Amino acid sequence: MAKRLTGALHILWQAIRRLSGDDGYERYLTHHAAAHPDAPALSRHAWFALQQQQKWSGIKRCC
Amino acid sequence: MKTNFVSLLIWLGITLLGAAAIGGIALNRGEQINALWFITAALCVYAIAYRFYAAWIAATVLSIDATRATPAERLANGRDFIPTNRWIVFGHHFAAIAGPGPLIGPTLAAQFGYLPGTLWILFGAVLGGCVQDMVTLFFSTRRNGRSLGQMARDELGSIGGIAALVATFLIMIILIAVLGLVVVNAMKHSPWATSTVAATIPIAMLVGLYMYKLRPGRVLEGSALGIILLLLAVAGGGWIDQQAGLRELFDHPGLPLAYAIIGYGFAAAVLPVWLLLAPRDYLSTFMKLGTVILLALAIVWLRPEIKMPALTQFVDGSGPIFGGALFPFVFITIACGAISGFHSLIASGTTPKLLANERDIPMIGYGGMVLESFVAIMAMIAATVLDPGVYFAINSPAGVVGATAAEAVATISAWGFPVSVEQMNLLARQMGETSLFARTGGAPSLAVGMASIFGSAFGQGMLAMWYHFAIMFEALFILTTLDAGTRVGRFMLQDLLGNIWQPLGRTSWYPSVLFTSAIVVAAWGYFLYIGVIDPNGGVNILWPLFGISNQILAAIALCVATGILVKSGKLRYAWITALPLAWLVIITSTATWQKLTSDDPRIGFLAAANSLSDKLAAGILPPDKAAVAPQLIFNQQLDAALVLFFAVLLWLIVIDMLRVCTRHLRGRLVPPLSEVPHYPTQLEEAWQRD
Repeated sequence: MAKRLTGALHILWQAIRRLSGDDGYERYLTHHAAAHPDAPALSRHAWFALQQQQKWSGIKRCC
Repeated sequence: MKTNFVSLLIWLGITLLGAAAIGGIALNRGEQINALWFITAALCVYAIAYRFYAAWIAATVLSIDATRATPAERLANGRDFIPTNRWIVFGHHFAAIAGPGPLIGPTLAAQFGYLPGTLWILFGAVLGGCVQDMVTLFFSTRRNGRSLGQMARDELGSIGGIAALVATFLIMIILIAVLGLVVVNAMKHSPWATSTVAATIPIAMLVGLYMYKLRPGRVLEGSALGIILLLLAVAGGGWIDQQAGLRELFDHPGLPLAYAIIGYGFAAAVLPVWLLLAPRDYLSTFMKLGTVILLALAIVWLRPEIKMPALTQFVDGSGPIFGGALFPFVFITIACGAISGFHSLIASGTTPKLLANERDIPMIGYGGMVLESFVAIMAMIAATVLDPGVYFAINSPAGVVGATAAEAVATISAWGFPVSVEQMNLLARQMGETSLFARTGGAPSLAVGMASIFGSAFGQGMLAMWYHFAIMFEALFILTTLDAGTRVGRFMLQDLLGNIWQPLGRTSWYPSVLFTSAIVVAAWGYFLYIGVIDPNGGVNILWPLFGISNQILAAIALCVATGILVKSGKLRYAWITALPLAWLVIITSTATWQKLTSDDPRIGFLAAANSLSDKLAAGILPPDKAAVAPQLIFNQQLDAALVLFFAVLLWLIVIDMLRVCTRHLRGRLVPPLSEVPHYPTQLEEAWQRD
């Protein structure tokens, strides 16, 4: 029972991290390692800067 | 066979319950009705529509194909094209489409009574808004996530593309102006609200520095810090309000506050996104979701009685909050929550790039809009649980009901909605405000409604705290929309001006950034300024303009969808978008006609301009009003031109769509369908459903 509860809480926490983009850098590293294994990955700071620039160059929020 | 029978019984039960709830809401006269009936009716309508209509559109009209690879899969790049779990996409999509619109529109439309707005929110959403969002999401997914403007150009021709672009730009300007006005009216002569809203700016910057410099990318840590600081700022505002020397610093009339918002908008547009816009957006998204969930729980827990009648005498067009009869103005006033053209900009371009499988389209496109419609129902409940007299006293501008408290109370009571000066003063004291008369724009009355619901559910002693929490929550995401909208407007303008002189198109060239941001801010700043100096409360002018422009954008999206359906050989199903389109054309054209030709100065722009110039010429205006009269006259004429321009834009694209459809049906040459070919999906079933 306790195990299932912690399991459910873990899934919820994962979903919150995923939704907010908190795990974005980790996901970027996974993608980068798979897609471009030879090129060096961006640093955490450089990745976050690039990601924010891209996020806010289009229509992201509505009325 | 047995499960079929059980399922049939369940859906029959839901249908009967929904019909009973709607019947109860619609036929009830003279007795108070419980808010739970609204929630029941809404949930039943949404469930039936989603289970049957959305599923039928997905299977039969769009022929959604789960074996087809989505752009997120084919073009995956780890940045914007990322196949994502459908619940996560749903969260992103909902956070993007739900803004202040569904909270403000229903609050204003409650002047007609609770019934017209509620029915339009329910049926407008399931037959119009949800369909628009879902088909736009589908068509954009089949076109590599292209934007609405690009789809309009590809499928209909350059007229459609230009119309979509121009409508989007103008709607942005009007939207920002009216939202700015809502915030100004919420802060007017309220040191508590003003200091709390002001505090959100340094708090957002602090969170930005934390996420960017101190702990890069740690979004949740930064947001948690920011939310604690925001709650402290609400309490701190109450403290400032009590300090004799300090409160005057934040006690301002409308005009200085409007200048502050304009200055802030310019600063926000030229500062780097990480410093202000991005962190503010994280905070406002968390606040928005948290408050909406809290409000839903409080309504279900408390089951408040609705005090507003089903219909008021203002259905004839004499309403104090905005002029205009039930038809067409209830359909214009409630855009977001029933059908919002702006959503088609999110449903094309942004969300399709995350979609892992076409199967998720009904849930995200249709379901996302269902949830937004539910937010609008809750806003309607929060407005109608107030005593009608109190509701009208807060929302009616001084120019309509009279400048003093005694005059306002006498006018409103004479309408049959009893209210007293003592009652309003007591309420203002409870909410920690000096006065609640003529606080137009919808935010204060929504905050009073939310505070009374939260107060009854979670403790009456903190009413003032809840009120200012609600104001902070609204201001937070209104300012986010203002930042984001100014930035998007700037990009569109740079894109356009880049065709004339290439360097202006470079989005990172600082002189161009400053120049184009200044133009965008000046454009909405002008409408905000006029809205503030207008004694009838600029909401009466600006909100209908916003509604009309938003509905016209929706009509453009529905034109694109109808054109694609006809060109794909699905003429007999084209009514799913053509009927909502026809309805939008009828209401926006009627509203435009009335706004141009009505003799009533509260409805017709030209009538208002003429009546004011007559008064000015006769010399019967007091000196302060005579001083601003020429500006108001010019503005009314400008608004008339603007609304006429919107109508021309609408008819242009409708005729263009009909032309393309007729040519296609006659076998003539039309722009070919721009759908990308079928590639089978490689994503594993288990992965998609993680």
